[in-house]
Amino acid sequence: MSDEMPVTMSRSLPLLLPLLLLLFLLLTVLLALKLGSSHLEWVTLWQILLGEEQGVRATVVLELRLPRIVAAFVVGGLLALAGLLMQVLLRNPLADPYVLGVSGGAAVAALLILLLGASSVWMAPAAFVGALLSMLLVFGLARLRGSWEPMRLLLTGVVVAAGWGSIITFLLAVSPDQTLRSMVFWLMGDLGQPTLPLWELLLLLLGSVLAYLMAREINVLARGGEQAAAFGVSVERLRLVLFLLASLLTATAVTLAGSVGFIGLVVPHMIRLMGGGDHRLLVPASVLLGGGLLILSDTLARTLLAPQQLPVGVVTAMLGVPLFLYLLQRSGR
Amino acid sequence: MRAILSVQQLSLSMGGKSLCDALDWALRPAEVWGVLGLNGVGKSTLLHSLCGLHPPDSGQISLATEPLQQMSRRAIARKVGLLFQHQDDIFPVTVLEQVMMGRHPHISMLGGEQPADLEIVERVIEKMALSGLESRLVDTLSGGERRRVAVATILAQQPQLYLLDEPEAHLDPRHQKAALAAVVADALQREGGVVMALHDINLAIRHCTHLLLLYGGGEVEQGALSEMVTLERVERLYETGMRRIEEGGQIAYLVR
Repeated sequence: MSDEMPVTMSRSLPLLLPLLLLLFLLLTVLLALKLGSSHLEWVTLWQILLGEEQGVRATVVLELRLPRIVAAFVVGGLLALAGLLMQVLLRNPLADPYVLGVSGGAAVAALLILLLGASSVWMAPAAFVGALLSMLLVFGLARLRGSWEPMRLLLTGVVVAAGWGSIITFLLAVSPDQTLRSMVFWLMGDLGQPTLPLWELLLLLLGSVLAYLMAREINVLARGGEQAAAFGVSVERLRLVLFLLASLLTATAVTLAGSVGFIGLVVPHMIRLMGGGDHRLLVPASVLLGGGLLILSDTLARTLLAPQQLPVGVVTAMLGVPLFLYLLQRSGR
Repeated sequence: MRAILSVQQLSLSMGGKSLCDALDWALRPAEVWGVLGLNGVGKSTLLHSLCGLHPPDSGQISLATEPLQQMSRRAIARKVGLLFQHQDDIFPVTVLEQVMMGRHPHISMLGGEQPADLEIVERVIEKMALSGLESRLVDTLSGGERRRVAVATILAQQPQLYLLDEPEAHLDPRHQKAALAAVVADALQREGGVVMALHDINLAIRHCTHLLLLYGGGEVEQGALSEMVTLERVERLYETGMRRIEEGGQIAYLVR
């Protein structure tokens, strides 16, 4: 082991993994730009990117595919980071961004907008408000008796999420057939919206930097609350920040794309299996892999059965399950 | 000599049960205290309260002259290290990463680990006979190896006051002796002190200078080792018949 390397990042090659992930991300972006209903050669794509080619094909690439790629990256990154933080906060490897009911609150609000026949421009704001309300509800209930203990928080969140789940099922049951299809799509996650999500991208960057700055403390907290306190971490304050940050990231992702499953649960574990348990590696690597995986999934979702589009949540699971099982097998001790 | 730790009128309880009542107690440099008593009598809770992890019902705990309640967690962690009875590994880390956690209170948020931190960590890893296991995940180690990792972690923390909760657990006699001797030697070198909750009275006789006996119901006795270790007290403490053996200048107690 070299002495110059950051010492706790040395479980495997500490710089290689982020570099490989960047490469993977670049590859998924290029594929996503190239593939689609309008056929493109690599040369044409290159010319479009250099601004040498104008016209319809350039419009398709720059105004339809590019914003969608950015949206996929942002949503994937947000979910992976939120999942990572949730797992530490709740000290539970099975936690995902939705476990505390944030997405349930968002879904109920969004489905109500659909059901009431209001304009779809209201769906995103409604979803965001629903997510925040659910977050405050869980926060208030879990804090009611003063303790801020992971198991209590998890149980509160799971029960609130189950409550939202039953309301969602009720809304689906009473909805007319023509709205049912868009509801199911929303619930499974969909990246059809073509605007460039700039402030969401900014939030992802800020969230990643904040999480990276806290990564040392998160490492210690992952060993347990009492242990972390004994090593000088202000556990209550850190848990509060993690809760608020993870919830806000999740709310933003859900507002952009509905409940895309699987990324938030599995991406952090993939990085743990590939590179280790240090959050100074886990934070940036999870964001890169989550973003790349969702770009790839979305590209497949819109090309596999083209012209029909699949909900991207279906594809994330189709890609993620075998990939995760492979990593798990390989790391078997 | 000025006390490292002083406790005034301390009352502790857990689940409605009184563990100690209006306890006055002080630990001076180079003192090694053993805390003895039956299961559930409050040894762990007492240790936790001494580093601010369990709020007392009443009374005051001070490090040097500073009340514990007024200190930040970080300031406490620079002076007091607690060896927990148990460590779970939901998210396992390597031996090196775990031992480096002991340096956490000394490392600035933006600066990261320095070469000096790594030197300390490598030294304690060697001291606890863990060399060669640095990159192993802690959950793949044996119980005794994990215990030594925990002791190495607290040694890396370099506290002035060591609080050890059943440090002997999972360790074979050779490593028990080595681990306790290493902690005591480090504390003495730093002009610090040690408080250890033990189940083995003979280990207490070997390593401690003073004893705190918890009889339950809030009744506590304290004093120098020689004064506290009598057959009558030991039998009363453990509520069972004991036999005292003295040979070659060593005293041992056996359950009768």
